[in-house]
Amino acid sequence: MKLLREWSRNKYIYLMLLPVVIYYVVFLYFPMYGLQIAFKNFSPAIGIWGSEWVGFKHFVSFYESYYFWRLIRNTVMISLYELVFGFPAPIILALLLNEIRKRVFKNIVQSITYLPHFISIVVVAGMMVDFLSGDGLINQLTSLFGIPSVSFLIAPEWFRTIYVSSGIWQGIGWGSIIYLAAIAGIDPSLYEAAKTDGAGRFKQILHITVPGIMPTIIIMLILRFGTLMAGGSLEKILLLYNSTTYETADVISTFVYRRGLLQMDYGFSAAIGLFNNIMNFILLVSANTISRKINNTSLW
Amino acid sequence: MKPRIPLGERIFDTTNSLFMLGLIAVTLYPFLYVLFASFSDPSELIEHRGLLLAPAGFSLESYKYVFENPMISTGYMNTLIYVVAGTALNLTLTSFAAYALSRKGVRFVGPIMFGIVFTMFFSGGMIPTYLNMRNLDLLDTRWAMILPSAISTWNLLVMRTSFAGIPVALEESARIDGANDFRILFQIFIPVSLPIMAVMTLFYGVAHWNAYMDALIYLRDRDLYPLQLVLQEILISNNTDSMMTSVADVDKGLIQETIKYATIIAATVPILLLYPFLQRYFVKGVMLGSIKE
Repeated sequence: MKLLREWSRNKYIYLMLLPVVIYYVVFLYFPMYGLQIAFKNFSPAIGIWGSEWVGFKHFVSFYESYYFWRLIRNTVMISLYELVFGFPAPIILALLLNEIRKRVFKNIVQSITYLPHFISIVVVAGMMVDFLSGDGLINQLTSLFGIPSVSFLIAPEWFRTIYVSSGIWQGIGWGSIIYLAAIAGIDPSLYEAAKTDGAGRFKQILHITVPGIMPTIIIMLILRFGTLMAGGSLEKILLLYNSTTYETADVISTFVYRRGLLQMDYGFSAAIGLFNNIMNFILLVSANTISRKINNTSLW
Repeated sequence: MKPRIPLGERIFDTTNSLFMLGLIAVTLYPFLYVLFASFSDPSELIEHRGLLLAPAGFSLESYKYVFENPMISTGYMNTLIYVVAGTALNLTLTSFAAYALSRKGVRFVGPIMFGIVFTMFFSGGMIPTYLNMRNLDLLDTRWAMILPSAISTWNLLVMRTSFAGIPVALEESARIDGANDFRILFQIFIPVSLPIMAVMTLFYGVAHWNAYMDALIYLRDRDLYPLQLVLQEILISNNTDSMMTSVADVDKGLIQETIKYATIIAATVPILLLYPFLQRYFVKGVMLGSIKE
């Protein structure tokens, strides 16, 4: 009786939930069920059920393949480059922006540096391909100083630098928002007190602003560790790499894309994807748990 | 009395301002270069070396090719369809979910929330997702651009938090007047949360406008290609032949470059026009996300 009453009182709420639950089940949980092909000799003609189990065969052959360590290295290196160079950039920008006295100038800088965030990755990559080509703008400029031309996009040693620096170009302004918000939340009386104690601006930055945003920095850093095995953005790498740069550019997700969708080696590539997802899962959950312990902030 | 500013600080201020000006230049110049190049005369552009501070010569030739190219106009149309239909579905489902999951005394909310949040941490991955789409017969349909991204879990959580903060009194007085949950959602919750609805519309709309990966994986039929996939062919794969059927072979290499630039401009102008709104509401959205817990 009680159940029935609750049901009739909330029937519209359940009606709203219905399409939502269907969406998550069909588009997100069905694929998880389909993950079993990682342990099967999957053939689309027979279907998931009919295909025979092969245990960890795909995982073993991935581990034994000569590209295993290359993929792991490239995946981790892209993330590490982003961490070392990409992570501090917005923090530094936020600190410097905060020191700009003229409001109008500050607003202009903010508006302009946020802009690239909204430009599609295809357009950004398209501009890069154009500027970085053997006869592109960058080489035209460096040749003025007598520097020999470099074909950046087919040079494996340039890939990470190009990937990460363009990422900074696109994301530095946008990434600074959260730190600017943290700076805005610092108690102004701290600065007043420091001034009466005779602290100059550099001392104020070092002893008030930086410690004030430290909790935010730590949280962002921990969450960043959760993506260590994600290996950057699949879309962007697909747009910028080519077979001559696989040596440094090929990461796990691009490899899965080629083996799975282009060569239709479904079982094997699903296994590699699963391996990567489990690594990501472990890292993300640990990062979240730590972040929650330290600062009561987490993704959920 | 004006306090004297120490020399060190003055040097710092000047350097800082110069750095910001440099940052502005580095951020904007690539767009300006593309803009100037797109209006340039192809034969003069090829001669030109180094930075462009104005178009080299002047020609609207490349825009003519861009606007006459059927791939670009279909791409534009398709993208508009995906943006409008996709965003409409996004907003409907996200507000349903946010409303239902922020009500008190509804059964199953706990397990459903767990199931939803879990998908932020783990997924079937690219291959099983692709095979699932194939089993559902959604490959090479417009649905493939709309259904798989019907709800962004992150946006759902932000909207749910915002709905949870709406005073219960509003809801209860409407219920006494006999309003059901759909009416409460559409006539009370959404109207009082217009700023967040604007943020969500823009988040979802820009994501659809820029969406590229789903199209790459799920679409083979060129008539369904969104603008971004057409762009990829022109900009990255260097495939401009389809545009130049009427051009003599000698001129092709020349005009190919300026066509690329004109294409970039044509594909970016809508975002630039909306940018003042985008900026204001997106920043608000980032704040909403960061103060969530």
